[in-house]
Amino acid sequence: MSTAVHSAQELRELVWQWRQDFPLLQRTVYGKPIVYLDNAATTQKPTAVVAALQHYYTECTSNVHRGVYYLSEQATQLYEEARRTVQRFLGAAEAAEIVFVRGTTEAINLVAHCLGRTRIRPGSEILLTHMEHHSNIVPWQLVAEQTGARLRVLPITPDGELMLEAYPELLTERTAVVAVVHVSNSLGTINPVAELIQTAHERGIPVLVDGAQAVAHMPVDVQQLDCDFYAFSGHKIYGPTGIGVLYAKRRWLEEFPPYQGGGDMIRHVTFERTLYNDVPYKFEAGTPNIAGAIGLKAALEYVQQCGLERIAAHEHELLRYATERLQELPGVRLIGTAQRKAAIISFVIEGVHPHDVGTVLDREGIAIRVGHHCTQPVMEFFGVPATSRVSFGLYNTLEEVDRLVEALWKVIRLFGVGGNG
Amino acid sequence: MDELQELYQQIVLEHYRNPRNYGELPEATHRAEGYNPLCGDRLEVMLRVREGAIEEIRFRGSGCAISQASASVMTTLVRGKSLAEAEELFERFHELVTGTGAVDLEQLGILAAFAGVREFPARVKCATLAWHTLRAALQQRQEPVTTE
Repeated sequence: MSTAVHSAQELRELVWQWRQDFPLLQRTVYGKPIVYLDNAATTQKPTAVVAALQHYYTECTSNVHRGVYYLSEQATQLYEEARRTVQRFLGAAEAAEIVFVRGTTEAINLVAHCLGRTRIRPGSEILLTHMEHHSNIVPWQLVAEQTGARLRVLPITPDGELMLEAYPELLTERTAVVAVVHVSNSLGTINPVAELIQTAHERGIPVLVDGAQAVAHMPVDVQQLDCDFYAFSGHKIYGPTGIGVLYAKRRWLEEFPPYQGGGDMIRHVTFERTLYNDVPYKFEAGTPNIAGAIGLKAALEYVQQCGLERIAAHEHELLRYATERLQELPGVRLIGTAQRKAAIISFVIEGVHPHDVGTVLDREGIAIRVGHHCTQPVMEFFGVPATSRVSFGLYNTLEEVDRLVEALWKVIRLFGVGGNG
Repeated sequence: MDELQELYQQIVLEHYRNPRNYGELPEATHRAEGYNPLCGDRLEVMLRVREGAIEEIRFRGSGCAISQASASVMTTLVRGKSLAEAEELFERFHELVTGTGAVDLEQLGILAAFAGVREFPARVKCATLAWHTLRAALQQRQEPVTTE
């Protein structure tokens, strides 16, 4: 894999090649070529991922870790290879630190549940940030209710950055865990998680990083970050839905009780007592999403083949160009103007509700997300009920940004924004 | 006219920009809240009902053009109407935006401005929120209604 960053022209040519790998991008809606700009919600799937799923289902369907027969051994091998691929992708020390789950949400629930049974006590504090997705708020709320702990929240600035100067004081001897998003799904902010982790570790506090919006857009190395937990979803990195990853340092997986009980997570069961399986199997009760893991492996390999450095460089160019073009439009206010951003742009248009923006754009063949993006505290902070959000993936082009801007002009004329009626 | 222009007719945009009967209603006898969690549309409908008729109606809230215009138009239509007439208008509006049958635009009057909504299934809930909230207010329901 070459990670050399290419010239702008070379990158553009590469992107046109990448686009050929995504059949959906060839289709039209309402007679117009689709412009898919909702990659923070989910991404399109390259043919390599669909082929991997099909290969498993047509050639190797069988259960894992059970059969003594050929097919099952093959399926087990593919499933465990997928685990090793994830390990290498994240730079984890060993494959046993990779737990397959349904997605980021389940990964966070797993950690919250287990910390709730081991470390979080009455009076403990769970430190979150104001820009967390609901999936990194609600699981902690549930645990806080059960244990008598309380949530504390690191504030954000009007630019949509974490208020870092408030961080050290929020870390107290009662802080049981810090849970922070790597890249904000509604603001695009890239948080300085390595620094946050280091400061927490100086006080002996573990840190969970929600990486759902990060892994598809920048190289991530969990050992470099030194995070205790890292969570992401397969479907946001060009893989299937229903498969995701929890990375956890081995010491935590050893210390944690099982999350769910069932088959595959046990060594020996009697009605009196059960001996649990080794990590990570202790956390994978029941038949796992075998096809999903195999599809995820194909997706990660695809992304590595494209090169995350190149993807990041290309998406940065999309972000720069789209930010510049959106600011030309009358009545447009960007929500989230952090110094370091991933290719996510939230905005509002004065006098036009985001839902109406979404409908007009839809008829132009452009798919964007409108709403609160499961970050209602962020919406409240900026005093808006909802925003329109554009989020880029590796296959988006500058020409698509132009189509977006053209369609937004249509919105502006229709609603007569800033005297443009 | 393309479907977008059909949806965002001048009447709709005009009511969105200048909503009628907007604000608090003192001495309301009935009130209810409506909420569409998908898009965050929120509104409150307040009524003063005397002798089986809607003497006064106001609404307030925030949301998309369709939900706000629909609420505004609704208040102009049901004011002064009997409860039975209001219910009949509810049914007529509901059929207009969710039905598949032919509509008689002339007979519908100003409601015809919402005839384009049925081509946008994702927006039907926006259009019907005010009407569902009206119905909840008249039925004195305590829980906020939702069109989800």
